[in-house]
Amino acid sequence: MEVEFKKPKQGDVPEIICTICPNSCKLQVFEDEQGEIQVEGAGCARGVEYGKEEYLDPKRMLITTIKIENGVLPVLPVRSQVAIPKEKIFDAIKVVNHVSAKAPVQMGDVIIPNLLELGISVIASRSMAAKNKE
Amino acid sequence: MSEIIDTDIAIIGGGPAGLAAALNASKRGARVAIIERDFELGGILQQCIHNGFGLTYFKEELTGPEYAQRFMDLLKETNVQIFLDSMVIDLSADKIITAMNPERGILKIHAKAVILAMGCRERTRGAINVPGMRPAGIYTAGTAQRLINMEGYMPGKRVVILGSGDIGLIMARRLVLEGAKVLVVAEVLPYCSGLVRNFVQCLQDYDIPLYLSHTITDIKGKERVKSVIISKVDENWMPIKGTEKVYECDTVLFSVGLIPENEISLKAGIKLDITNGPTVNEYLETTVPGIFACGNVLQVHDLVDWVTLEAERAGENAYAYSTNTSRGGKLLEPILTVPGENVGYIVPQRIDYLQDSKIVQFSFRPKSPDKNCIIEFVSNEKVFDKRKAKHIIPSEMLIYKIKLNPEEIGEKITINIKKNLKKSKEEA
Ligand SMILES: Cc1cc2nc3c(=O)[nH]c(=O)nc-3n(C[C@H](O)[C@H](O)[C@H](O)COP(=O)(O)OP(=O)(O)OC[C@H]3O[C@@H](n4cnc5c(N)ncnc54)[C@H](O)[C@@H]3O)c2cc1C
Ligand code: SF4
Repeated sequence: MEVEFKKPKQGDVPEIICTICPNSCKLQVFEDEQGEIQVEGAGCARGVEYGKEEYLDPKRMLITTIKIENGVLPVLPVRSQVAIPKEKIFDAIKVVNHVSAKAPVQMGDVIIPNLLELGISVIASRSMAAKNKE
Repeated sequence: MSEIIDTDIAIIGGGPAGLAAALNASKRGARVAIIERDFELGGILQQCIHNGFGLTYFKEELTGPEYAQRFMDLLKETNVQIFLDSMVIDLSADKIITAMNPERGILKIHAKAVILAMGCRERTRGAINVPGMRPAGIYTAGTAQRLINMEGYMPGKRVVILGSGDIGLIMARRLVLEGAKVLVVAEVLPYCSGLVRNFVQCLQDYDIPLYLSHTITDIKGKERVKSVIISKVDENWMPIKGTEKVYECDTVLFSVGLIPENEISLKAGIKLDITNGPTVNEYLETTVPGIFACGNVLQVHDLVDWVTLEAERAGENAYAYSTNTSRGGKLLEPILTVPGENVGYIVPQRIDYLQDSKIVQFSFRPKSPDKNCIIEFVSNEKVFDKRKAKHIIPSEMLIYKIKLNPEEIGEKITINIKKNLKKSKEEA
């Protein structure tokens, strides 16, 4: 990929790089007069779908760590069960940063049940044994 | 006094390569031992907490620790012996492993076959020679990854990253989410060397600029990093005067590549290739009979899924060796594989057995990115097979299974990556 970072100028149609395959097509996504979403520049149908989704409702996985008490390590990796809306990532991080766990933890254990009322839980992405067995 | 352990197959390293090799060999009925220096299995995956692992192997998107856990769970169902906190310090050509364990002292493991699965380490600043002082606040991206993701320690607040490999890109996002400011990622190449997806989701999403054809030309600061100077480079990677920009920061991360970790292999007298990994035959066997290699110790992989698949082959082949399974007649002289046009290296480096026609898996990397290519497999000055590739980039390994026919194959096999001129004309 040959990209120099460019910040989109105001009024520009933002360019979305398709990440589905290594062709990295540069997509122009916009709403036409009829209010239909148009995707230009896609090399295949999958790119059109990707462009629409990235334009209307981009989602990302939340991946971070939280503090854990009495674990063999001081932090526990966690993730959202499925991807969450991209613009909620920083709000989600704020919530997660206030939470801590206590070892032992099993991979898949629910850490936060309903993140930001999104109906998506945050789960432990590894198991962690306790340092001192009680 | 040292403890002596006898086994069929000993595996050095308990990362994804070691785990998959152990499961495969054990499933076939071999007695297997894994020797791992860390306090747990999983290798480097335990610090790669981001998602994107397993799409090829499990058809599911997992994080690094989740990917490792799948194999660790399967291992619990076997009687593979696991030695943790055990650092291998020596390996001999007659397959005796010496390891140190803080509680048990010195372990001597005698095996019929050995699998090398020690992974790789990161290139450091020294390896690429960045001038300037040596204050605190300079880390490799992988060290920073371990600090943040496993030790809960933040290396700094204002960060500059050199190198656009995947680890560097992923760390840029990770640092931002942990509250740091990532000022810029500088890449000496004219293209981003990490995956496009990582460029989009780790840099673009967070408005982190990527400067291509740029490098760090100076690091300032006495005790702690105070600033770095970044300059544009010409085609020969030489900094261009007058393009210097100063960035005030307290931390610099280097993400400038990985090197297979082969100090132990050298002790056994194993020959290494330009990959810095052992030279192997089509059975992934090194130059010492019965010692096999797989995963990042053999060649630096970009996808863990391929590590697993390669390691399964190593497990199978080591098992066959340990049970004296015949491979057919050995060639008097091996057939060598030769990296040709735009090919950096090839694994395997040689073919040792070719009585009848058979399928051999080749993995290699292009030297520079290109589009619409034809990959030619050449022997006796004839192209005996070819494949099309739409898009190639050095950071993505190419893997092909190719049928070798003794009648068509001479002393060597050359692989070339050429431009598909017809296709390129059509597009223009
Ligand atoms: C810092 C870093 C980050 C990475 N991030 C990614 C990523 O995000 N995505 C991706 O797909 N790939 C990533 N990779 C590549 C990744 O390493 C491979 O995909 C995969 O983990 C390689 O598996 P492996 O088993 O060959 O090596 P490793 O996972 O490195 O495992 C090697 C194991 O051998 C052990 N070992 C080494 N020497 C000895 C010894 N002398 N005695 C005993 N044990 C020993 C080590 O402790 C380790 O557990 C990364 C690599 C590094 C170095
Ligand atoms: S649009 Fe199609 S061809 Fe282009 S990058 Fe996306 S998936 Fe690949």
